[in-house]
Amino acid sequence: MTDTAGTQRVAAGPAQRRGPAATAALLVVPVLFLGLFFVYPVATIVLTGLRPEGVLDLGAVWQVLSDPVVRRVAWFTVWQATVSTALTLALGLPGAYVLSRMRFRGRNVLRAAVTVPFVLPTVVVASAFLALLGPQSPVNSLLEGVFGAAAPTLDLRRTVTAILIAHAFFNYAVVVRTVGGLWALLDPRLEDAARVLGASRWQAFREVSLPLLRPAIASATAIVFLFTFTSFGVVLILGGPARATIEVEIHRATTQLLDLPLASVLALLQLIAVVTSLVVYGRLQRRTTQQPLVASERASRPARTRGERRFLRANLALMAGLLAAPLLVLAERSLSTAQGYGLTHYRALFSATADTILTVPPWLAIRNSITFAVAATVIALIVGGLAATAAVTGHGRVARFVDGALMVPLGTSAVTVGFGFLIALNRPPVDLRGSPLLIPLAQALIATPFVVRTLLPVLRSIDHRLREAAATLGATPRRIWREVDLPIVGRALLVAAGFSFAIAVGEFGATVFVARAQFPTMPVAIFRMLGRPGAANFGQAMAMSTILMVVTATALLLIDRLRVGQVGRF
Amino acid sequence: MLDVRGLTVRYGDLVAVDDLDLTADDGEVLCILGPSGCGKSTLLRAIAGLVLPDTGTVSLDDDVLDGLRPDQRRVGLMFQDHALFPHRTVADNVGFGPRMRGNPRAEIAERVREALTLVDLTGTEDRPVTALSGGEQQRVALARAIAARPRLLMLDEPLGSLDRALRDRLLTELPELLRQLGTTVLYVTHDQDEALALADRVAVMRQGRLEQVDTPDGLWRGPANAFVARFLGLEHLFAVEIADGVAATPLGEVPVDAPDGPAHLVLLLDALRLADEVRPRRADEIELDGEVVGRRFAGDHLRVRVRTRCGPELTVPVWRGRAPAIGEPITLALDPRATRLLPPDETEDETEDGPQEESQAASASGQSPHPQ
Repeated sequence: MTDTAGTQRVAAGPAQRRGPAATAALLVVPVLFLGLFFVYPVATIVLTGLRPEGVLDLGAVWQVLSDPVVRRVAWFTVWQATVSTALTLALGLPGAYVLSRMRFRGRNVLRAAVTVPFVLPTVVVASAFLALLGPQSPVNSLLEGVFGAAAPTLDLRRTVTAILIAHAFFNYAVVVRTVGGLWALLDPRLEDAARVLGASRWQAFREVSLPLLRPAIASATAIVFLFTFTSFGVVLILGGPARATIEVEIHRATTQLLDLPLASVLALLQLIAVVTSLVVYGRLQRRTTQQPLVASERASRPARTRGERRFLRANLALMAGLLAAPLLVLAERSLSTAQGYGLTHYRALFSATADTILTVPPWLAIRNSITFAVAATVIALIVGGLAATAAVTGHGRVARFVDGALMVPLGTSAVTVGFGFLIALNRPPVDLRGSPLLIPLAQALIATPFVVRTLLPVLRSIDHRLREAAATLGATPRRIWREVDLPIVGRALLVAAGFSFAIAVGEFGATVFVARAQFPTMPVAIFRMLGRPGAANFGQAMAMSTILMVVTATALLLIDRLRVGQVGRF
Repeated sequence: MLDVRGLTVRYGDLVAVDDLDLTADDGEVLCILGPSGCGKSTLLRAIAGLVLPDTGTVSLDDDVLDGLRPDQRRVGLMFQDHALFPHRTVADNVGFGPRMRGNPRAEIAERVREALTLVDLTGTEDRPVTALSGGEQQRVALARAIAARPRLLMLDEPLGSLDRALRDRLLTELPELLRQLGTTVLYVTHDQDEALALADRVAVMRQGRLEQVDTPDGLWRGPANAFVARFLGLEHLFAVEIADGVAATPLGEVPVDAPDGPAHLVLLLDALRLADEVRPRRADEIELDGEVVGRRFAGDHLRVRVRTRCGPELTVPVWRGRAPAIGEPITLALDPRATRLLPPDETEDETEDGPQEESQAASASGQSPHPQ
């Protein structure tokens, strides 16, 4: 009798219900981690915001909210997010069409390349656009070359335009991957049918493709809006003090005004906005999956008419100008010195501290970044791996809860996380004040959702009959995990590790709150260098940004080689 | 009248349609029959304007269509797997064409009703097309093409995705429906039964070219070459040498009226029969002795496989009541008048399709292979 029960349990395999106790055991670490480093800090923010003096004081909240400065900040946040999203869609939709429906040489490489900006650290992107849109930019040399010395010097630093363009740069891939992914699945004969029935090219798009793409477009819109709404590094560096979003204002209130209640109320506002858009996004996503799709083998066609070729060329030019140019100019600026091109700035990074504004030699920032990122990756893999396993083995409701709960930090802004750490973890019960441990913890918190998102589909896709087969061949549950699950999940684990590392090494929003002066990371060092005048500081910032870009790109290229999951697809 | 001249469509190095000429008369149902990948769908797409031809001219009722966009051509195309708009109702799908042409609302509704009546789907107007069965979807697709009032209706494997029973039913309904419409119809299929059941004329297509255009009966009686013969399912095809008006086949000598040289001889469907006491061999027939090696049940008759004493295995239809057992000796009668001489095989390889062989094919197919 006991035998039968045992066989049944083993045959069901670890992916089947393993019993609430096992699931609960798996969840201990993730729940503790999230509770301590997410729920507790966020709760502290809420309490600080609502009870600045220890008692509930909605009047104070209202006072903050009715402050014209706060209102202006809130308005600007919404405004820039809306315009950025519209701009990104306007540029990205044609790009999505080109990359999903037109066939041309190098398309697959290009499709991988356009996702690079999306995963670059915000600080690198901001540096790149400072370089591209500044007076020293090759763009201006070009203008001068064409129009002579009288040509106006283009300087878009500290403008809204710079922010909008940088946001389009960042999120172009989101539109291309999300909308393009669906577009590639739409039967191209639907538009053909419309054309034959008398619809013009535009009518065929509007009447047939657009309605069918609507869920993906809505989904991309929501996610781009969320990203630009919570954008921090780009706005902080490119926008200048006059153009603060809620994120930037939280940072300013904390570091310059030392007004924690103000920062808390702002963070509260931010949280509400983020949760609202996440709910909307979740709704939209559910509709996306319900969309009936017609898979088709030949969705893409080569450009045949002159108009099509022109459209293709225009889009390729846009991708080159929007996506490639900033990064190339960044590298160019990092090599440019008063005496022509050279490695001066790079050498300066590895020399003494004398001519830098950091309290430690800059190369230490590189070492710190890599150390912290490795630590963060380990933490994220443990927490995310356990949570994903629990989500797969647990009952439906448990699984959905784990899945959902772990996504919240993804949407919550990094600044909220960093600020929460700052005000919550500096006193008992969790006193980590000034501890360098805060940095990898914050980074891990932000990387964990990506780990879960990468592992879950792979874990779910393992055919449970493989486990059953292993069980009938005599494997214990532990052996099944080692012999079946692990080899299959191994690749996904590597991808998750690469992802976590890339995110952690470039993390800025949370790190800038918790990194002490003696433990700068690369993004923090770049930010500090950019904040000081002088060509040497700027050049070193460019050099460090280039290094960070290379480190991140390497991690991501390694992921790409493994070809698991879709970067930037929502 | 549809007139296609010198049409060539290339996809990179691949020539999908190769210098093709084709005409279809008003009200004619012309089937384009060919194996998958022979370029028949591309031909339709080129006529519809969805693919730009590299060379050639398409005209319809004396209007030259070249350079016109698909929406300016007023030709209808019913797609393989139908390509119905999944986000629209039946009525919206059917009314799409009239709406794009800017018809008033009442006119659109009228045409939708008309087209749905024709395909026997009245009452389904408000249903989403995704909720329909395969056969219903097929009818909606046809109604959608009809409601646009095309000058030419093209159907691309319209029955391809349907199960057999449904296909057979629609195959009996479609000819009547197409006749009612009176539009010129171009019907693409890889299924010879479909082509022969529907078509006024059949154009057999292979690797971008038309091998033969003829009535169904003409095709059966005189396939132009080995490819057409094989594609129609004529399995008895022999490489022969002609000398002094006689083709030496493995089955015996068949008198032909053709110059000396290599050729192919095909046995038409009614060339072989069982010779027995009810219908003994006639004097002009060739006697073939053999042994039954296999039997396949085919509804009202059996297809009996016979290994002849002279070598080749032949299949012959035998009525059920007279079916011989396996191993039984059997005598067949071969009617030499039901054989056709075909030009030497181009070995199925398109690269050898030279102009020389083409002219040979033309002259050989025009000849009578036997004395009248």
